[in-house]
Amino acid sequence: MATTLKPVDAVVVGFGWTGAIMAQELSEAGLDVLALERGPWRDTATDFATGFAQDELRYMWRHHLFQNVSDDTLTIRNNLSQDALPMRHLGAFLLGTGVGSGGVHWNGQIWRFLPSDFQTKSHNEKRYGKKSASDYDLTVQDWGTTYDELEPFYDQFDKLCGTSGKAGNLKGKLQPGGNPFEGPRSNEYPTPPMIQTYAPTLFGKAATELGRHPFPHPTGNLSQAYTNPLGAQIAACTYCGFCEKFGCGNYSKASPQTTILPSLMRKGNFTLKTECEVLRVELTPDRKRATGVTYVNSAGEEFFQPAEMVILSAYVLQNVRLLLLSGIGKPYDPKTGEGVVGKNYAYQTMSSVNVFFDDKILNPFIGAGAMATVIDDFNGDNFDHGGLGFIGGAYIAGMVTGGRPIEMIYTPTGTPAWGLEWKHAAAKNYLRSFSLSVHGSCMSHRGNYLDLDPTYRDVHGRPMLRMTFDFTENEHRMSDYLTDRAAEVAKAMNPREIKLNRRTGSFNVTPYQTTHNTGGAIMGDNPNVSVVNKYLQSWDVPNVFSMGSGAFPQNAGYNPTATVAALAYHSAHEIRARYLKSPGPLVQV
Amino acid sequence: MKPIESNPPQETRDSRQQLTDPSAAREINVNVLRRRLLMGSAAVGIGGVTVAAIHDGELGAPAQTIRGSVPWQQGTADAPPGVSGAGYIFFTPTEVAFVDAAVGRLIPQDPVGPGGVEAGVTFFLDRQLAGKFGQGDHFYLGGPWPKGTAEQGYQSRFTPAQLYRAAVAAIDKLVSSTFSATAFSALPAEDQDKVLKGLESGAVTLGGGVDSKTFFAMLLQNTKEGYFSDPIYGGNKEMGAWKMIGFPGAHYDYKEWVTRHGERVPYPTVSFKGRPGWREI
Repeated sequence: MATTLKPVDAVVVGFGWTGAIMAQELSEAGLDVLALERGPWRDTATDFATGFAQDELRYMWRHHLFQNVSDDTLTIRNNLSQDALPMRHLGAFLLGTGVGSGGVHWNGQIWRFLPSDFQTKSHNEKRYGKKSASDYDLTVQDWGTTYDELEPFYDQFDKLCGTSGKAGNLKGKLQPGGNPFEGPRSNEYPTPPMIQTYAPTLFGKAATELGRHPFPHPTGNLSQAYTNPLGAQIAACTYCGFCEKFGCGNYSKASPQTTILPSLMRKGNFTLKTECEVLRVELTPDRKRATGVTYVNSAGEEFFQPAEMVILSAYVLQNVRLLLLSGIGKPYDPKTGEGVVGKNYAYQTMSSVNVFFDDKILNPFIGAGAMATVIDDFNGDNFDHGGLGFIGGAYIAGMVTGGRPIEMIYTPTGTPAWGLEWKHAAAKNYLRSFSLSVHGSCMSHRGNYLDLDPTYRDVHGRPMLRMTFDFTENEHRMSDYLTDRAAEVAKAMNPREIKLNRRTGSFNVTPYQTTHNTGGAIMGDNPNVSVVNKYLQSWDVPNVFSMGSGAFPQNAGYNPTATVAALAYHSAHEIRARYLKSPGPLVQV
Repeated sequence: MKPIESNPPQETRDSRQQLTDPSAAREINVNVLRRRLLMGSAAVGIGGVTVAAIHDGELGAPAQTIRGSVPWQQGTADAPPGVSGAGYIFFTPTEVAFVDAAVGRLIPQDPVGPGGVEAGVTFFLDRQLAGKFGQGDHFYLGGPWPKGTAEQGYQSRFTPAQLYRAAVAAIDKLVSSTFSATAFSALPAEDQDKVLKGLESGAVTLGGGVDSKTFFAMLLQNTKEGYFSDPIYGGNKEMGAWKMIGFPGAHYDYKEWVTRHGERVPYPTVSFKGRPGWREI
């Protein structure tokens, strides 16, 4: 029997980026806020100090900072005709857990989506005809919000992180050296771009020769020391090359730990409980209002935590599962197309081109999570898709996030995976090769969705989440076209040889691709097509807000974190401005 | 440690996944959570506040309530779980012979750089399999266990330790029935390569519930881990594999070299152990 605890104003479920943002904003507004985190407390000095943070085996391959799937994972299948089976070992994506969660072990790649990305359906229909948004059974939608509405909140996140970069569009005026395709920015980046290492510099030169528009990747690994509006101090990056999958020991990577927690943890009206996993949101009998959440701690004790508001800020896959387990919103049915919870699960379509030199020492171990020169000429609708047979695109980055030897040794086409020939290729190419990353969009599709697994259960007896996903013809066409564009830049660098790693075949759970899972709790302008409104508020249970990339109706060709953060700030702003005065639906339909 | 059954015992984990009776689920829950409690050792820290034991990415730390400050303790760090000692803990002599032979073919020794055996990969694998990795610490192993598609990845009911144990026995058995040798380790190199290629492609079928491709993929991955990971884990002896490719180890500040394009960085190769502040556990 669950013990009932003292009520709080807001309970925050999951304490990564969006949990920290919402807890900060709501406690700032004077609310009594409680955050419940399934994993442990983590801080820089104790958990990823510079003395041992750069440990490839422990963090990347033994999943030290990631979700331990031994007592809770998800099941996966490519299509409705298959039986979903558990992801028994993390692979394609590396789920976070613990305080800071994915915000601890991300790369720090900070992107805004294009203005047209927020109108994927209407924009493409207008430019390429009605069919373009529904070919191949695509189910793309508009977001119900706009870039202009979100811009102040992107700006707020940039200021929180101290993002290093060069603006390409300031209030509508194009700026040399930045991304000319980006939406108008109200402000320059808080800190200048990182200094580019050799490989990204070579990429930039080659791209310019081809008439493309290269610019330095915007990054949360800071080029110089910075103090953010909350008073948190972030140090200059030392280019150690251990960002993604690792915590930053140098306080140089924007994370909840470096940007928010120093302020938030000292507040008297904020409490954090770790090792406490929320089992479900509890509703009133008419299911129109949440009364709080039930959680279990690591000692096995169950509690009911009453709350006026419930903020679901776990990762997208847990948020969608909690909505389904709690009976909030109508589950999506791929056969009829009805229902919304779990609808439009999407991912990211990744490919790459390896470049091999004989005469250039690239020192790949000098890197950072967003150490790259990028072209955005073929992302979103930055180019004419007429006759191409797909929508969407990708950025192409000459990127060196590091040179971790277990993960990042590139060998030429035809090299075996082992034996003397492999060893010789590794010895010859490690210092002289790098990879161009093609970071592609992923449109939503009628058959790609999330629901509860009928067979497998977690340690608490709850059904696991079931993912049904495969890349569609649209994504394969987009990725092939973009990989060819990347190969053009690679060839223009005059290397000895290149290797194309195309996105072929069905989605495979084993090789790491990216932890950019999206959809399933999508936002939109009406309850028939979406789970939440543009303030991430549940249409069905208005005192429940669902944060994160689950709100994306489809995924754009960029890393999601800045958009996730901007949506959270947008939500927090509206809650503070309107909801707290008069709790209820923030959008009427 | 040595007697690990190749047929894994039916753990509570296996049965609990299929329970539908909620009251039974609660009962099982208690067992699981008791396991968590036993694993998590609470310590009383400064000011009498109970703080988590150092957390090694594992389940089972005690729940904490944190309010008004940051729970930080002087002199604590989540130090890496390096290995020590000599000799083998997990592998039997027969298994050592197999692993030495296989690793020697996956990464052969020559003047360009160390071979897998010379780099200490066998010792690395032994300590990995004797430890939490071998126990399937970050693997979900509950049933049912249908084979699944190639895209669905690892679907064995074995922990890594169980998989190695079963696979080595199955491969030696296969070798003795198809070649005129008693074990894989007794084959000439060309035949060893033939067997390894058969495992890699899945053309070779093994008994003992072992999927040949699954085992080969794990063996190759773990071999490269032992070859290229920090020497504190028992492989990459004298950082020979790092020196071969030109990786200087985990230095943490390259600012001075960012703009020196094309130059070799002259830093000495370092392990965690070579750093100031390193402390033997």
